[in-house]
Amino acid sequence: MAIEMKKVLIFGGASAIAHQTAINFAKDGAELFLIDLKVTRVNDVADDIRTRVPNSIIHTTELNALNFELHQQTIDEVVKTLGGLDAILIAHGTLPKQEDVEKDTNAIIQEFNINALSGMSLATIAANYFEQKASGSIAIISSVAGDRGRKSNYVYGSAKAALSAFSSGLRGRLSAKGVNVLTIKPGFVDTPMTADLPKNPLYSSPQQIGKGIFDAMKNGKNVVYLPGFWRLTMMVVKAVPEGIFKKLNF
Amino acid sequence: MNLENYESFGRYPKLLATDVIKLQWRNELPKFDSIGNSILPYGCGKSYGDVCLNEGGVLIDTRAMNKLISFDPENETLCCESGVTLAALLDFLEPRGFFLAVTPGTKHITVGGAIANDVHGKNHHRKGTFGTQVIRFELVRSNGEVLICSREENSEMFAATIGGLGLTGLITWAEFNVTKVPSPYIKMDSIKFDNLEEFFQINSEADKRFDYTVSWIDCAATGSRIGRGIYTGGNFTEVDTKISNHKDSGSPPNFPFEFPFINNATVNLFNKVYFNKQINKSETSITHYNPFFYPLDAVDGWNKAYGKNGFLQYQFLVPFGLEYDTVHKILMKVSESGLSSFLTVMKTFGDVASPGMLSFPRPGVNLAIDFRYNGKKTLDTLDLLDEIVRASGGSIYPAKDAHMSGEDFRRFYPLWQEFKKYKDPKFSSSFWRRVTK
Repeated sequence: MAIEMKKVLIFGGASAIAHQTAINFAKDGAELFLIDLKVTRVNDVADDIRTRVPNSIIHTTELNALNFELHQQTIDEVVKTLGGLDAILIAHGTLPKQEDVEKDTNAIIQEFNINALSGMSLATIAANYFEQKASGSIAIISSVAGDRGRKSNYVYGSAKAALSAFSSGLRGRLSAKGVNVLTIKPGFVDTPMTADLPKNPLYSSPQQIGKGIFDAMKNGKNVVYLPGFWRLTMMVVKAVPEGIFKKLNF
Repeated sequence: MNLENYESFGRYPKLLATDVIKLQWRNELPKFDSIGNSILPYGCGKSYGDVCLNEGGVLIDTRAMNKLISFDPENETLCCESGVTLAALLDFLEPRGFFLAVTPGTKHITVGGAIANDVHGKNHHRKGTFGTQVIRFELVRSNGEVLICSREENSEMFAATIGGLGLTGLITWAEFNVTKVPSPYIKMDSIKFDNLEEFFQINSEADKRFDYTVSWIDCAATGSRIGRGIYTGGNFTEVDTKISNHKDSGSPPNFPFEFPFINNATVNLFNKVYFNKQINKSETSITHYNPFFYPLDAVDGWNKAYGKNGFLQYQFLVPFGLEYDTVHKILMKVSESGLSSFLTVMKTFGDVASPGMLSFPRPGVNLAIDFRYNGKKTLDTLDLLDEIVRASGGSIYPAKDAHMSGEDFRRFYPLWQEFKKYKDPKFSSSFWRRVTK
């Protein structure tokens, strides 16, 4: 039974996955508020959505996720503009080059700020708003990479692991309050973020993931792996003994 | 970043850029004048020779700059960023009852690439080239200038950029015509013809009956059978029910090997089987537009079947007047050379003029012949064909070219001097340097 979501806020609204998710919401008649690092980016995305779904109402603004002190007022402004809020999707993030974060501890701090802490801050502000309203949905894009730290991307992976654990706890806190918290775990997706990585048959399109997120949000899911085969795959990955896992090359 | 991935479709010549810059946001372009020696926009790399290559320079990959901007169904126009592929456009247009005004034989090219090569398709005799259907575009020059180009505004830059091979600057977005269609299905006639003369007989009448026409020619035929083939003509048609010929959605199988499957024996066999597949003289069928317009898109990476050395495509046109003799001579030479060619496509161009200064299509007969790259033997054969094309007053299509001489380029495209005035000093390509040496 699908939940009504007519006022939707998306952070990282200019990302490929968020863009595709937004198209699904627009087709469903939702009014959207898209926020990203540069307003021109979300404006471009809004043009594209309006071309596909004429008459959709889309507001945009910019925010650097690292400006923690602006998070509260940004969400307040969104609620005021939309006259309420039904759902928030936290979709922003970066994929650092592993070589960079291996050498520079400042890069690690930066990654955690962007990929973990800023998302937690936004989710908390939304949680407090939804809690007093006794309804609402929070969706957070984590990653399969957060299920286990791998040598090829453990800084990204650990930030996502933090997000996953955080959203799991938040889900528990809000469970009896009528507020749903969804953890989204995509596998490999072919987007500008992964543009420099070699592609293989395991890659999905942002269109597939966008539809998957929309469906999971509307159906009040808890944790969704996208595409679904990753659930089983990660179960296997998590089951490998550490003595063997540490020697694997992936 | 794997620079080897930035090749052309023929995979010959193998020329590497020194760096690739990926664009995503049309409002966040890098400063072109501070990048490398020279730059060249790169879309899907489906041109064949060195038109999309820039050895020793930088390529600008536009494929992530791929958003739609607006659609006007009443006026039948669409505006989008230059990195949008025709495939993505068709996904958008088909459910809305529209089609592209002009499409080439593959949909895996960008709008920017379609304009830069002024591509043409099966309906050239009705709608002209892709550039003919373009209304306006935004062009960014290396000095930072941003120009809106149309037939009314910056019209010379408009004419230079259409067919301008990416050399006048970067196209960021374009607005162009699209066509309302009664359904995504084509009613098509396939007519077998036994020789070149019969092709011309069929064609003169078919061009009037069909919006879309093209023929496949058996390049291995000899003697009185030279120029035999199958003529296809089609029109979009109304249909009530879905028909099973819908080959669409989901990824096509990928051609897995880089192994030269294509040689004399396989080509002769293929041609024989393909030609004899149609038993009746003439057959009518209804097909979804996908297999009609994009048969080669059915196998992703089929260019690898030509092997590591790649292949060349020789696409030329012969103006009306000398067409029968010239085409006959060329087909004879190709057959004699023993150099394999699976797919030889022939079509006549109409007289809808393109605004492009370096545009290829002119009224006449146009043929595209594939040749496996066999080193000197291949190049020598192409030289022989050049002589014939030159003598007929014809020309060769830059988008497919890997070998034409500078002298020939300047002869085929007399407006090249005028074009030079509008070329951007920072933009260059291996092709341009080769033909202006």
